[in-house]
Amino acid sequence: MKKLINEPDAVVREALEGMEAAHRDQLRVSYDPYVIVRADAPVQGKVGIVSGGGSGHEPMHGGFVGRGMLDAACPGEVFTSPTPDQMLEATKAVDGGAGVLHIVKNYTGDVLNFEMAADLAKGEGVEVEAVVTNDDVAVQDSLYTAGRRGVGITVIAEKICGAAAEEGKPLAEVAELCRTVNGQGRSMGMALTPCVTPGSGEPSFELGDDEMEIGIGIHGEPGRFREPLASAAHVVERLATAVVEDLPYESGDRVLAFVNGMGGTPLIELYIVYRELDRFLQGRGITIERRLIGNYITSLEMAGCSITLLKLDDELTRLWDAPADTPALRVC
Amino acid sequence: MAGGSGITATEVRDWIRAYAAAVAEHRTELVRLDTAIGDGDHGTNMDRGMRKAVEKVEGTDGDDIGGLLKAVGMALVSSVGGAAGPLYGTLFLQMGTASAGREELDLAGWTSALESGVKGLQARGKAEPGDKTMVDALVPALEALRGAADDGDLADALRRSADAAEEGMRATIPLEARRGRASYLGPRSVGHQDPGATSAQLLLAVAADTFGGDG
Repeated sequence: MKKLINEPDAVVREALEGMEAAHRDQLRVSYDPYVIVRADAPVQGKVGIVSGGGSGHEPMHGGFVGRGMLDAACPGEVFTSPTPDQMLEATKAVDGGAGVLHIVKNYTGDVLNFEMAADLAKGEGVEVEAVVTNDDVAVQDSLYTAGRRGVGITVIAEKICGAAAEEGKPLAEVAELCRTVNGQGRSMGMALTPCVTPGSGEPSFELGDDEMEIGIGIHGEPGRFREPLASAAHVVERLATAVVEDLPYESGDRVLAFVNGMGGTPLIELYIVYRELDRFLQGRGITIERRLIGNYITSLEMAGCSITLLKLDDELTRLWDAPADTPALRVC
Repeated sequence: MAGGSGITATEVRDWIRAYAAAVAEHRTELVRLDTAIGDGDHGTNMDRGMRKAVEKVEGTDGDDIGGLLKAVGMALVSSVGGAAGPLYGTLFLQMGTASAGREELDLAGWTSALESGVKGLQARGKAEPGDKTMVDALVPALEALRGAADDGDLADALRRSADAAEEGMRATIPLEARRGRASYLGPRSVGHQDPGATSAQLLLAVAADTFGGDG
């Protein structure tokens, strides 16, 4: 696998150095430990919002640091959860006296490290609430799994909670909003190719030219089902049916539709996916009131997509439309 | 080497160095096992963490075994990441708390330290035996130690504990994962040895080699 890098071991650091050089107006980066912080943090009296996770999902999370979204992001090694000392550092750096919300994707590593970090931060007198996102319908939520994974809804929760925090809403309210967004959001993804981490240099799984994986996560792990390659229309019907029937989203519902690329699928294909999704939802009487299309929560160079729906109300729509100024998402 | 006597701080340092070397040697194998049912970073992460742990242990003076084990735990928590960081970190931190102030551990001391570590790890990770995790190597190893008489031969008990860990590790192959990232695969996780159980088995095998002499 060819990659445009210098040193496999320096990928995370060098990408951070590039981000810092490119976006000094929006963020600053510290390197020991790795933390990306909004340029004007801490904002006095505002709830700080911190997220984090393994690298390799860019632009999530570092690309969402800035006014109206995240106050800090903690990047781990590629596909590896960051560590509690990073999260503690980030939490202290963004605490403007109103407490800090941790938005945590439901992966065992992320959850355990954020739990340790929250314990440490509370020990230092910072008020912390954590909300775990788990919107991936491909995984059964049962006692016999680690629970549903946090995927696309995380991006939307960061935007909506960021807007609420910017308006001066208190920590308990921002955390409740995050739980609402997560509760009304569902996602499912698929892959046409595996991805290759810089450290291993090997594909994360083997997939034939005529096969696809349905129900993938965002770490190059295989999906729930391997199936013969099918058309965009068929794939969307497969994913969207699982998503819609899970919540369920019903006729008359207004939604935010998020068509996300996994990193290696061009926008031209994502728009075909959006076309199919639009038709599918129309057929069920569901109205797309807002939409987001592009590569926002990726799995390195994996080809494929995920579909996320969020059931909207007037307040969620208003917060989605509120201004945000981050490297990867800008709403004027 | 300990022979019939207890485990000293010097031997604990040797154990950590030997485990770091074993992880480095098995890095590729751990990555391969984790690629099959996880995300392929277990070997890389443990290797990075154990290098830090060795630096910490070499920079920690004194004969307090508890202090050494806590230093290892902190190094792992702050450098491994993933689930393995908090889990191995908690294991060592709790072993350290249980052996605070001790300059030598006899069989009972080692057993109670490991018992505290495994208890802490299970409280954090919420895994039970049979979930296809590191617990599947650690719990049988602990049971083997408990089965040995308090005044029994240390080297012999450590060897039996390492053997039990190995058996537990192999027994993860037919299991369906119920914790961690492998659980997302459901039935597709069957037929693969758990990478966490593998690195845990290595830890106890190296303990038997280091503390038990040639036993």
